[in-house]
Amino acid sequence: MESGSIQVTETPLVLFVLRRADDALILGHRLSEWCGVAPAMEEDMALANMGLDLIGQARSLYAYAGEAEAVGHDEDAFAYCRDERAYRNLLLVEQPNGDFAKTMARQFLYAAFAYPYWRAMMGSADAMLSAIAAKSEKEMAYHLRYCAEWIVRLGDGTTTSHARATAAIEELWPFTGELFEVDGVERAAIAEGIGVDLETLRGAWRSSVAEILEKAALKMPADGWMQKGGRNGRHSEHLGHLLAELQYVQRAIPGAIW
Amino acid sequence: MISIAEHRIDAPRVPAAPASERRPEDLRAEVWRIAGAVVDPEIPALSIADLGVLRDIRVDRGAIEIFITPTYSGCPAMNVIAVEITLALAKSGLGPARVTTVLSPAWTTDWMSQEGRRKLKEYGVAPPQNGGGRRALFGIEQINCPRCDSADTAQIAEFGSTSCKALWRCNSCREPFDYFKCH
Ligand SMILES: [Zn+2]
Repeated sequence: MESGSIQVTETPLVLFVLRRADDALILGHRLSEWCGVAPAMEEDMALANMGLDLIGQARSLYAYAGEAEAVGHDEDAFAYCRDERAYRNLLLVEQPNGDFAKTMARQFLYAAFAYPYWRAMMGSADAMLSAIAAKSEKEMAYHLRYCAEWIVRLGDGTTTSHARATAAIEELWPFTGELFEVDGVERAAIAEGIGVDLETLRGAWRSSVAEILEKAALKMPADGWMQKGGRNGRHSEHLGHLLAELQYVQRAIPGAIW
Repeated sequence: MISIAEHRIDAPRVPAAPASERRPEDLRAEVWRIAGAVVDPEIPALSIADLGVLRDIRVDRGAIEIFITPTYSGCPAMNVIAVEITLALAKSGLGPARVTTVLSPAWTTDWMSQEGRRKLKEYGVAPPQNGGGRRALFGIEQINCPRCDSADTAQIAEFGSTSCKALWRCNSCREPFDYFKCH
């Protein structure tokens, strides 16, 4: 591998697949940051397991992006040799872990979206994406159940846990609009039957989020200004720091294998 | 089927009847027996045939291709399983073989054999409930203790020591145990 960054041939299909792959990798990496420091052993294992699911999904998606691009980039090249601006993940998934409540809120808001998303994607006209979707939807259903239980436990818990859960949901809410953003890349995929119209998932997402927040005695924030940009490579300052850690070895010793 | 990865190891030369001289159905059955006996490194009580991870074997003019499927997307055991299959075949004088990972149709605990469920329970892991799938994903699960069969059990954690397990506890014999999650 040459040193430095790869140049991705950004066809609509490659971009479409990289968006999902980057969501999974970045969120999986965030969860891995809890490894060894979670509040309890059981939660430490849960967070690591969820991270593993997501990194597994990312691997399948990157491998497919490489096939679609057909210039010889493998999963490692996509993960380790792209700069921040080439990453296409949602801003939501790159937000720092914060406290346990914030990590749960982030995972909950994402899983409530990803579960119906991958379920719908099982009907994709693209056989590989449909196969990846069939595995991912089961995993995300499990993440959703786990996180929803924690949101209820935290929201309906002590004064402190309620305050922290409230702060977490409010802080992350402005990043949820981007989940349903339909732009040219999405429209092209929808037209070919490869992608699903994200707008059609908004209702299911809202009702499952509302149901859990109500059980948790947490208020659903009003939809105000929504942050966007991740899908086009415009990220918050947090992604650069994350990538610095994720990519360090490969950047310092290009082509290193272990 | 959809392949995501290929693993290829050339078998050492072992004097045996060349694979190409055998009847394809005999060769396929033998490969199935040998490859199917490879165990999951994370649950060594179970073979990949018991688990339903071994999906198919194709034999074409002596060339062997073996199809396996991951339990979970991030299952770290897949590479080891692929290597173990190739080694097991090489030891039996078969191969070279190609091991291909397929994602579709997605693995489900419903594919675990009855024999596998029995071995799992003997090993101390509560087997997944039959036909569980989606119902169990969101519903209340009733899991019996693999040691004393008591139904008085409680979940300790949704996630256990590997992707495929959750951690439970028996209120009768007080022992903690792993439960192989429905998937
Ligand atoms: Zn017991």
